Amino acid sequence: MVVTAERTPLYDEHVRSGAQMTNFGGWVMPLQYSSIREEHRSVREAVGLFDLSHMGELRVKDESLAQRVVSRDLTRLRPGRIQYAMLCNEAGGIIDDVLAYAVDDGGYLMVVNAGNQDSDFDWIRRHNPSASGGGQGGGVFNVGRDWALIGVQGPRAVGLVQRLTSSDVGGVKYYAFIEGKVADVACLISRTGYTGEDGFELFCGNEDAARLWRALLEEGQVDGIRPAGLGARDTLRLEAGMRLHGNDIDANTNPLEAGLDWTLSLDKDFIGRDAIMQVRERGLSRVLVGFKMLNRSIPRHGYAVVDGGVQVGSVTSGNVSFTLGYNIGMAYVAPTLAQPGTRLGVEVRGTAAPAEVVALPFYKRPHPK
Amino acid sequence: MPDVSGMRFAESHEWVKKDGDTATVGISEYAQSQLGDVIYLELPAVGQQLEAGARLGVIESVKAASDLYSPVSGEVSEVNADLKDHPEYVNEDPYGKGWVIKLRGVKDNPKLLDQTAYDAFVQGQSGS
Repeated sequence: MVVTAERTPLYDEHVRSGAQMTNFGGWVMPLQYSSIREEHRSVREAVGLFDLSHMGELRVKDESLAQRVVSRDLTRLRPGRIQYAMLCNEAGGIIDDVLAYAVDDGGYLMVVNAGNQDSDFDWIRRHNPSASGGGQGGGVFNVGRDWALIGVQGPRAVGLVQRLTSSDVGGVKYYAFIEGKVADVACLISRTGYTGEDGFELFCGNEDAARLWRALLEEGQVDGIRPAGLGARDTLRLEAGMRLHGNDIDANTNPLEAGLDWTLSLDKDFIGRDAIMQVRERGLSRVLVGFKMLNRSIPRHGYAVVDGGVQVGSVTSGNVSFTLGYNIGMAYVAPTLAQPGTRLGVEVRGTAAPAEVVALPFYKRPHPK
Repeated sequence: MPDVSGMRFAESHEWVKKDGDTATVGISEYAQSQLGDVIYLELPAVGQQLEAGARLGVIESVKAASDLYSPVSGEVSEVNADLKDHPEYVNEDPYGKGWVIKLRGVKDNPKLLDQTAYDAFVQGQSGS
């Protein structure tokens, strides 16, 4: 079987602008347009534009089904609000991390990782007691391929989007969304992001994606906008301490050790809850920590973390921090080694490079004046 | 336009420019564009003897860590100290201020390619 990587509706825009393309989660995506460093800086200092159309969207109309599969109590989520939650298996392992949007006409829209969208869809459908099997039945719909998603991130993002809409987007709270038109394109305007900056994620129909993309790029010229690829997206999210599914969390890690206990409503029943309760009673054998390198070595996914010559964990994410000017990473280590200030080694090409545990996130954006 | 006349290239994408029995070594324009943003280089000590094709160090970009190989044999006489604080020079000017090391006591390596042959080699690699 030949598996062909899927293209987003913005594929031609990326190729035309000379982007370096890469395969990610089954999709051909822009890795970088000019320079990851410059794209990263644009998002921290001005505004960056991201094609996130590879992300999956699942419409789960059945509220009790949604409650059963996600880790967080969604009944308290009012329409127009968003929550970050886990999708766990029975063992409490993280199948995916999702954003649940409470929509007006009942139920939720779940934004899921690109590479997991089809398996998440199958998983949720399989746990639907009222499913009649086959087709899109049972109130769960896989709508990811019908929608484009464009991220507008950075300190100038709100001003930029505001100039292209009559909706009061500045009034949209963090982790809330409204429907509106941006550059005359009907959008779901969501105050969310994966960069640590303020901004929006704009959902629109595939057919409107290129028009919206171009309008934002053109209007954003005065703000110093740059399109930003997955390279910058990764260095930005790492600085913000955000976990990447497949790197920092996966089906073999649980939300407690991943430091995501705040996404758990353990007083409600959901798949994986019992296993997570057991882990909590037993105590954790490892926890996810942030660390900074004390020399110029660059930690990478899979590198061993050592303490006194013994491996005590492994790096899940690591890279340069352009904003902070040193190298950073995340790793699972024993709870006894998780205190900020703890010295560890990261094995880089046979040498234990010195590192120090630091609190997450590495970077927090300055509060708006 | 950088002066690439007299430069010879290895299939591992390093360039070398000889001047008598000394030589300057760097990475090609194609290599820097493939690596993307260079953030760190691990370079040999001055005085170290390198054989042609031997690993001379490591270059790290945001994307990945890659080995660098010496296109010729010789003794390391200088490393580009500017790259410690400005690894981006390798991206900005790979044939100029982004040079990597200098060698002395250099011997010719007949396996190296001239610019035209190297360009054809890169075409064959990227066009497939």
